[in-house]
Amino acid sequence: MQVYLPIAEISVSAFLLLGLGGIVGMLSGMFGVGGGFLITPLLFFIGIPPPVAVATGTNQIVASSFSAVLAHLKKRSVDLRMGSVLLAGGLAGAALGVQLFAYLSRIGQIDLLVQLSYVGFLGVIGFLMLLESLRAMQRARKPGYRAKRHHHTWIHALPLKMKFRRSGLYISVIPPLLVGAAVGILSAIMGVGGGFIMVPAMIYLLGMPTKVVIGTSLFQIIFVTGFTTIMHATTNYSVDMVLAVLLIVGGVIGAQIGTRIGTRLKAEQLRILLALLVLAVCAKIALGLVLEPEELYSISRLKGGA
Amino acid sequence: MIRALLLLAMAIAILPLGPTGARAEPEEEIIADLSQNNVAITTRFVGSEILVFGAIKRESPPPGESPLGLIITISGPSEPIVVRRKARRAGIWVNADAVHIDSAPSFYAVSTNAPMREILIGSEDLAHKISTRQAISSFWTTQLSPDTPDFIEALIRLRRQAGLYQFHEGGVRIRAETLFRSSVRLPSNLVEGTYSARIFLTRNGRVIATYRTAIEVNKVGMERWIFNLAHQRPLIYGLLSIVIAIIAGWGASSAFRYLRG
Repeated sequence: MQVYLPIAEISVSAFLLLGLGGIVGMLSGMFGVGGGFLITPLLFFIGIPPPVAVATGTNQIVASSFSAVLAHLKKRSVDLRMGSVLLAGGLAGAALGVQLFAYLSRIGQIDLLVQLSYVGFLGVIGFLMLLESLRAMQRARKPGYRAKRHHHTWIHALPLKMKFRRSGLYISVIPPLLVGAAVGILSAIMGVGGGFIMVPAMIYLLGMPTKVVIGTSLFQIIFVTGFTTIMHATTNYSVDMVLAVLLIVGGVIGAQIGTRIGTRLKAEQLRILLALLVLAVCAKIALGLVLEPEELYSISRLKGGA
Repeated sequence: MIRALLLLAMAIAILPLGPTGARAEPEEEIIADLSQNNVAITTRFVGSEILVFGAIKRESPPPGESPLGLIITISGPSEPIVVRRKARRAGIWVNADAVHIDSAPSFYAVSTNAPMREILIGSEDLAHKISTRQAISSFWTTQLSPDTPDFIEALIRLRRQAGLYQFHEGGVRIRAETLFRSSVRLPSNLVEGTYSARIFLTRNGRVIATYRTAIEVNKVGMERWIFNLAHQRPLIYGLLSIVIAIIAGWGASSAFRYLRG
């Protein structure tokens, strides 16, 4: 069944979109990631114009994170204070990112920036995750190892300190503001939630305890992606409601299946699989940049979002 | 202002030579109609087929010696576009050169009854802007570069691949030099607006009669509503998409939980 997307202005099979949402939802259920970094490139591959793919991707993340945030709030595993500081940075970053996006669309370099960001971030994160999980597997074989927490670094020397009770931290607000802003920019440019940057940054940079990390990052992501959606809607007119709803419905169903598969696999195995998946997406986009494209020319319309 | 004056001057220069202008009583006339003058883009829109049909009306028997030519064009609203070309910079392929084209039709289909060069001479093509190349106006191209023609060729090639530019030599069937018909397939990725259908009758490569009508292509129903809201009330649209996203996401996962008991 073909569906005409009113903003993307193309006709796509509804089952393809449901399936796409379903597969990404399944993976995000399995690995506990947002899946924005998968859905946006997949939308490029099926011919959705990049501005629409990015803007609609952020809209889809709002939906997929919402019920998760509610669950975390109930479990009291959200550091609202830390979340708000991250959010303040995130909103500033997103506003900047959307303007940058609009500017680069005008000069025809937005595809390049989006692709380079994907290659860079997915490459680094995938590689680090692979290393980390391989090391974790080795550690699991050698008993008696204990990870150390709370190492004092330059982070603790910065001014403007604030108490974050739920995280058990007393640190400067500058690092969380910067982390939030960086993730906000990424969210606007790449159409992702940014959890894959935020979670490691919270653990390794800010030293937050693991139990509040996921909830707090989701709390921040939902507001930043919501804000980004509105910014894209008002600046680039590129949010496609019909596309979003199809992806969301597919995604929710897929996530339920993915969660069940996820509980049957071991954590280390899951992490290695996720790392390989991230590296595969990265390699696919990188090849597109390095190999000579079949078609050197492209057309862009000056009016309208697409 | 200068542009308008130039156009006016060009129009005046062309007018007296115009084949249809001077004659008081045309010997041959086109009477035509379309299968539909309205195309509605709905959620289930997968493209549309338009049938152009008609007859050539004449007082005397057809002049036998010169071949009859019939060209049908359907063009979508024109708009300015940018064509970009990738080049390898520092090992990766990036958009390097760009050519701005003042106006290119978003859709353009040409159908003829015979090979184009046999039924249309160059000056007539130039005057009536019939062939795809003429329909794209690059006269005011802001970034003049020696390879502008390459960019225009690429534009035509890309849009042809997308089914947006079509060329059917022999796509017009004529019976007894009088009745004619042709059909044009409109793809699903249409831009909305007023499309114009033109029919040209030629003898010896010269246009001797023309016929012109309009086709309205519009989004209707939900498509119309969403598109208008997105462009006229973007803030409300953005908020609404978030609310809908949350309801859809939350609703679907609660439904799942309910089903599992």
